[in-house]
Amino acid sequence: MSTRERILADVLKNQPSASPLPDMSAFKGKNQDVVATYCEVFTGIGGKAFRVKSFAEIKHLIAEQFDTAQRIITSLAELSDSFETLSTDVDPHTFDDVDVAVIEAELAVAENGAVWLPEQRMGQRIVPYICQHLAVVIPTERIVPTLHEAYAKIGEGDYGFAAFIGGPSKTADIEQALVLGAHGPISMTVFVLE
Amino acid sequence: MEKVEKDHAALAEEFIKDEERVDWHDGALWWIRQKRDMAAKNIPEWEALREAASQIKNNVLSNLHDYLLEFEANVTKNGIKVHWAADAEEHNAIVYSILKEKGIEQMVKSKSMLTEECHLNEYLIERGIDVINSDLGEYIQQLDNEPPSHIVLPCIHKRKEEIGEIFHEHLGTEKGVSDPTTLTRFARRHLRNVFVTRRAALTGVNFAVAATGEYVVCTNEGNADMGAHLSEVQIASMGIEKIIPQKKHLGIFLRLLARSATGQPITIYSSHFKKPREGQEMHLILVDMGRSRQLGRPDFRDSLKCIRCGSCMNTCPVYRKSGGLSYHNTVAGPIGAILAPNLDMRKHADLPFASTLCGSCSNVCPVKINIHEQLYKWRQVIVQEGYAANTKVLGIKAMAWTLSSPTSYSTIGKAGRWVLNNIPFAVNNKFNPWYRQRDMPDSPKESFGEWYAKNEKK
Amino acid sequence: MTVGLFIPCYVNQFYPSAAIATLQLLQKLGVKVVYPPRQTCCGQPMANSGFEHLTQECNNLFLENFAEFDYIVAPSASCVLHVKDHLHSTEDPAKAERVRSKTYELVEFLTDVLKVDKLAARFPHKVGIHQSCHGLRGLHLAQMSELNAAPFSKPVRLLHMVDGLELVTLERPDECCGFGGTFCVAEEAVSVKMGKDRVSDHLRHGAEYITSVDLSCLMHMEGILQRNKSAVKAVHIAEILNATR
Repeated sequence: MSTRERILADVLKNQPSASPLPDMSAFKGKNQDVVATYCEVFTGIGGKAFRVKSFAEIKHLIAEQFDTAQRIITSLAELSDSFETLSTDVDPHTFDDVDVAVIEAELAVAENGAVWLPEQRMGQRIVPYICQHLAVVIPTERIVPTLHEAYAKIGEGDYGFAAFIGGPSKTADIEQALVLGAHGPISMTVFVLE
Repeated sequence: MEKVEKDHAALAEEFIKDEERVDWHDGALWWIRQKRDMAAKNIPEWEALREAASQIKNNVLSNLHDYLLEFEANVTKNGIKVHWAADAEEHNAIVYSILKEKGIEQMVKSKSMLTEECHLNEYLIERGIDVINSDLGEYIQQLDNEPPSHIVLPCIHKRKEEIGEIFHEHLGTEKGVSDPTTLTRFARRHLRNVFVTRRAALTGVNFAVAATGEYVVCTNEGNADMGAHLSEVQIASMGIEKIIPQKKHLGIFLRLLARSATGQPITIYSSHFKKPREGQEMHLILVDMGRSRQLGRPDFRDSLKCIRCGSCMNTCPVYRKSGGLSYHNTVAGPIGAILAPNLDMRKHADLPFASTLCGSCSNVCPVKINIHEQLYKWRQVIVQEGYAANTKVLGIKAMAWTLSSPTSYSTIGKAGRWVLNNIPFAVNNKFNPWYRQRDMPDSPKESFGEWYAKNEKK
Repeated sequence: MTVGLFIPCYVNQFYPSAAIATLQLLQKLGVKVVYPPRQTCCGQPMANSGFEHLTQECNNLFLENFAEFDYIVAPSASCVLHVKDHLHSTEDPAKAERVRSKTYELVEFLTDVLKVDKLAARFPHKVGIHQSCHGLRGLHLAQMSELNAAPFSKPVRLLHMVDGLELVTLERPDECCGFGGTFCVAEEAVSVKMGKDRVSDHLRHGAEYITSVDLSCLMHMEGILQRNKSAVKAVHIAEILNATR
């Protein structure tokens, strides 16, 4: 008997009698003020949120917030005239010197401040982690109240990799003192686009 | 591997000697418990979420066989190689063989309690593989050659000055530097160099979705992703109980996990791994390590519902005062004390007794494991299986005999207040430890029974 | 209505005044109370140490003593919880079940059965209330701080009926004191540290008395207070509810 067969046989022998899945239909958030809630929660977890009306405004804010002499990359066509377009077919190690990455999120969740980034929107998986500063554009109509609505939208959508990212990388491992920028980005900025 | 010479009580006594440290440790964890309370009270449907999470996990345990098959089929379809391991030895050998085949001698690891349980690092280091734990707390523990003392906060028992000293000794930071931001920045630079040079990365798994064959890894630091997305070989190790049926169930668990753990609304990174990236190889190891046996123990199988948030440790007053290392087990605290006896009852016979059965752990548990009731039940099993100390057995037997008979009870009670030296809770009969730091109540002239016979009985 | 008074072994031996206060309080409220003299112990010390299998004699004795009463009342949440959770009988399970369901801790008997809404009691002191874990999380005498649920407290409701009494607010209102049965000696260091920290929360907030529904917690904290020559006293809630001075 292989290990696999033995484990499966033991599990089958020992598992209890069937127990049903719960009804999850009652779990839903309220749709009012998702944008304001999102911005408030995201700021609360150490992020910076800007409500903007155009890509021109976003460009202006990036120039204001970051050092444009450093390497800034983006996967957004709307920003490609100002910043380096990130290429999807290079060795991920080549992003090691990226200062700012600007990408677009597919969803954002008001209750926890996280944005949903499937790998198609990241350009490459490593991008939102390896950059020193992460900036994300999220159109207001893509903000949902809770994770339940988010997963309803994510559905069976196909991706090889995807992540919720909710704020700059952080740690409090040394005496519970909060430090932003553990291994990933030191800051995270979200542009909420109306 | 490690030999346990001291039990929880003895190890706790050592920890408590440094009272300033204990007070700090207790306060830091209590603060996290308070943050957890605030986060929970912000969600009106919190208790309903806990109930739903508990029911989903019940469903998982009752269908685990089929879910494992479904998960395996989907993972395979997604292009990830699945391995099965019955125990630590088999798990470690699989990891080693994957690395060896690729000629890889260095690996970076993110937090995985399972690989701690398997003592993977020691195994690989003995075979010439360099392994680095990249979670900052785990990295510090690794430098100091100690296991994590808490599953979420691995070095919560250490003061920043001690960490500064460890950095000075092992990484060459300036002596006396203990500022958390400075130390963290230093580790960031050091570990970034590790991430960009490692060809293999290993992560744990928080949730594995049977229906889609993807798995979710939650971190705040981003270390799991830094390792995984730069590696050519990615390995994930998971206990077979980590399965959940469908992706929508993540909505429940991710709402509960970080709020329970630290009071955050969600971990910074909740990464959903489904397929290897171009040119990358992915492996997933399904590990039993006693889980199927625990599944067959009706009184204890609920312990397999644990999502490793650590909230039971933060709320446990015994944990807060005694420190995680006093549990001499990978998973400390109340949940560790109900998981450990399944793995080795003799070695962990003390752990279910390292509790006052106050019940706070069961109340904070996001999947509603009846932890304190299981602690009580483990005590019965451990005694029945013959793992209780002999002195204790004799003491309790004498007590049971005395208390079984009203005559012997009142005779002994009257004859010099049997209870004074032999009170029911003071049965372990060395030099009575009650008196060391506490007085006994003044002995009244008469018992209530005697008073009642004189004054009330007509 | 006849109430069988269950006075746990250590209360009988060490704290007769709490037992007398319980008896007198119930009598004042018009209840007929009988104390069966052949009682010893609920069996909890054995059971919590892993020796539940040795408690059958205690169970039988308990059933023999108390089965006939309308209610069984005890000034000890911990012992009551043990009876409610673990009292059983191999010969007559139904009888054990009946006894379990009519056994009450004193405070819950006063609030839930007698529905007491006023008391002729006076206790002009600052009092800190120690929530015994078994009373709180086992018998649900008050809301537990861990849960997202509406607050209430049966002991506080009764203490508010006592003239002159002022309750102090604690930093950690429902933290365990560390007594824990045999834990208090088997894990002496942890137990004492927990006790010291509980006591100091009361002291910092100006309590003159620490009260509780459990004398075991109080005995532990009193032991620490006395060893440290503190003027603060531990007193069972029955003695406050029965006080008239």
